[in-house]
Amino acid sequence: MWGTTFLLAVREIRRHLLRSFLTILGIVIGVWAVVTMVTLGQGATAAVKQQISSLGANVLQVRPGQGFGRGGGGPQPPDFKIEDLDAIRTQIVGVQAVAPLVQSTGTAVYNAANWSTTVNGTNREYFTAQPWTFTSGRIFSPAEEQAGKAVCIVGNTVRNRLFRGMDPVGQRFRIKNISCEIIGALAPKGQGGFGNDQDDIVLMPYKAVQRRMTGNRDVRMIMVSVDADYDSQRVQASLRDLLRERRHLTDAAEDDFNIFDTKQISDTLSGTTQILTSLLGAVAAVSLLVGGIGIMNIMLVSVTERTREIGIRLAIGAVAREVLLQFLVEAVTLACLGGLLGLFLALVSTLILAPVLKVPFIFDPQINLVAFIFSALIGVVFGYFPARRAASLNPIEALRHE
Amino acid sequence: MANDVAPGELLIQLRGVTKVFGEGPTAFAALKGVDLDIARGDFVAVMGPSGSGKSTTMNILGCLDVPTAGEFLFRGHHVEKLERDQRALLRRRYLGFVFQGFNLLARTSALENVELPLVYRGEEKTARRAAAMAALDKVGLADWWDHTPAELSGGQQQRVAIARAIVTHPDVLLADEPTGNLDTERSIEIMELLTDLNRNSGITVLMVTHESDMAAYAHTIVHFRDGLVERFEVTEGAGVKA
Ligand SMILES: Nc1ncnc2c1ncn2[C@@H]1O[C@H](COP(=O)(O)OP(=O)(O)O)[C@@H](O)[C@H]1O
Ligand SMILES: [Mg+2]
Repeated sequence: MWGTTFLLAVREIRRHLLRSFLTILGIVIGVWAVVTMVTLGQGATAAVKQQISSLGANVLQVRPGQGFGRGGGGPQPPDFKIEDLDAIRTQIVGVQAVAPLVQSTGTAVYNAANWSTTVNGTNREYFTAQPWTFTSGRIFSPAEEQAGKAVCIVGNTVRNRLFRGMDPVGQRFRIKNISCEIIGALAPKGQGGFGNDQDDIVLMPYKAVQRRMTGNRDVRMIMVSVDADYDSQRVQASLRDLLRERRHLTDAAEDDFNIFDTKQISDTLSGTTQILTSLLGAVAAVSLLVGGIGIMNIMLVSVTERTREIGIRLAIGAVAREVLLQFLVEAVTLACLGGLLGLFLALVSTLILAPVLKVPFIFDPQINLVAFIFSALIGVVFGYFPARRAASLNPIEALRHE
Repeated sequence: MANDVAPGELLIQLRGVTKVFGEGPTAFAALKGVDLDIARGDFVAVMGPSGSGKSTTMNILGCLDVPTAGEFLFRGHHVEKLERDQRALLRRRYLGFVFQGFNLLARTSALENVELPLVYRGEEKTARRAAAMAALDKVGLADWWDHTPAELSGGQQQRVAIARAIVTHPDVLLADEPTGNLDTERSIEIMELLTDLNRNSGITVLMVTHESDMAAYAHTIVHFRDGLVERFEVTEGAGVKA
């Protein structure tokens, strides 16, 4: 009986192809929208997480000044000193690595090629705090760091500009008129969270940068990598207290430095994209519901149109349940077809849209399955009422129906 | 339902059957106390003026409707006491219908139309096909099995309808004005087919007709007037007028 009922439904759908298509259009668009939104949203969340993690997971970035876009006027607050780093290292619990960042810009020259780039002076601990991989070479040795030797590690962009495809390790080039030996080359990281090129960089021991480029003992930024077992909020609080003390701020004074917590930003951003994804998904789910009403509408029309057929079936001896089942199976088959078509369109459109939106394509079988089951359920729910109406028709009146 | 009825025994009994449509002041009594016995193997024609209750009676006999009062015994079942679905099962097992308007499924081949009752009986596809072809053969339309109703003449459509009615080997064939939409020649063909089914397949035939020429094929003619049986008339059958 089930097989026959299903075949009957398929035949009825085939017989009214255009009408069937219009019937399921709502479901098609609903499923399409839900799955596309959620798939792209999940891709965006993953992309945000990925970008943030390129800043280093669980890293506190400490800069002088009151943070982005604040405290425009007045005297520039002082930079940090290397002694601040030592104090952090010895006085704060839960700190894994502390790295200075002494920044300068300059033109790098190798043979005929030259390229203007950023030079970051730092220490060995920097490589614990920052997730860099090396394509070749090594980090500075303790002796090189101590002596402030002119040794360089180049980012992928610098390497491409100056050395083309060649392995630069062992070569010497000039940067800001210092001759520098290249001891390492970094693998590309790609664009940062703010659209900056993270690979346009040269790393050197901080003492070398201070002595031969900036000409002072200032440190522009401190990176503090928090041990995963410790609460970064707590570490952040004690770090703040320590720096206030060292910078001789009175209780009334505001911080003249800011602490940027990558973990917090990561959590906030991915939380935001997740909320956005759910919201868009919910909006799309409403359209799926509207699709269900479309099915009910057309099924009701179909029942009226086929009243005489129902009369014939009842006269021949179909029981109410069989007629109900016939129409219900038809509605569910339609809804499932709509669901499948929607899933297919969603797959195609996410494959097209993901690269355009610079979001990774992540196929999530769960959302596909949920959307499909949901559309089948909509077929059951919205097909039931018309099917009930068909099953409860009076055979004599149904046969008389024109 | 295994209490089979032997030929000549009473198959159908109506006892004081009334049917009232509507309620209150608009209530209308279409049947006012009909008594009717039909034996197995009978060929009964029901005649009477329009509105005299012929179709109402046929609907009750066909288990499509129930009397307002009175008894309807079919094969020993009190049909007036049965639920909707139980009556559907009686129809499925024992009854075949032929209507004035043919009532075939549109855009569906003759074969599939004839198969339909077997689908509800849960028969296998191959058995269904064979039985439906046999029924079509019996009505002389074996060569037309793949034609849809739109591709068939009125007479042919009615013969497909008869094939559909007899494919389950029913006890009773109920036909409400089966020749009402057909010309005389086609009507005679249908009547000869019904006579053959009655004689050679042992099917009890109940038929409503306006035309005495067609009624003359029956053994018994029941005359209705104003919701009551006016009189019975026994004929020689097979179209010979009394
Ligand atoms: N469903 C109904 N509701 C109200 N009146 C009906 C209904 N069916 C039949 N009638 C009335 O019952 C009477 C008998 O109808 P019917 O049995 O169809 O007569 P006929 O002998 O022409 O077949 C008619 O007057 C008809 O109007
Ligand atoms: Mg009538």
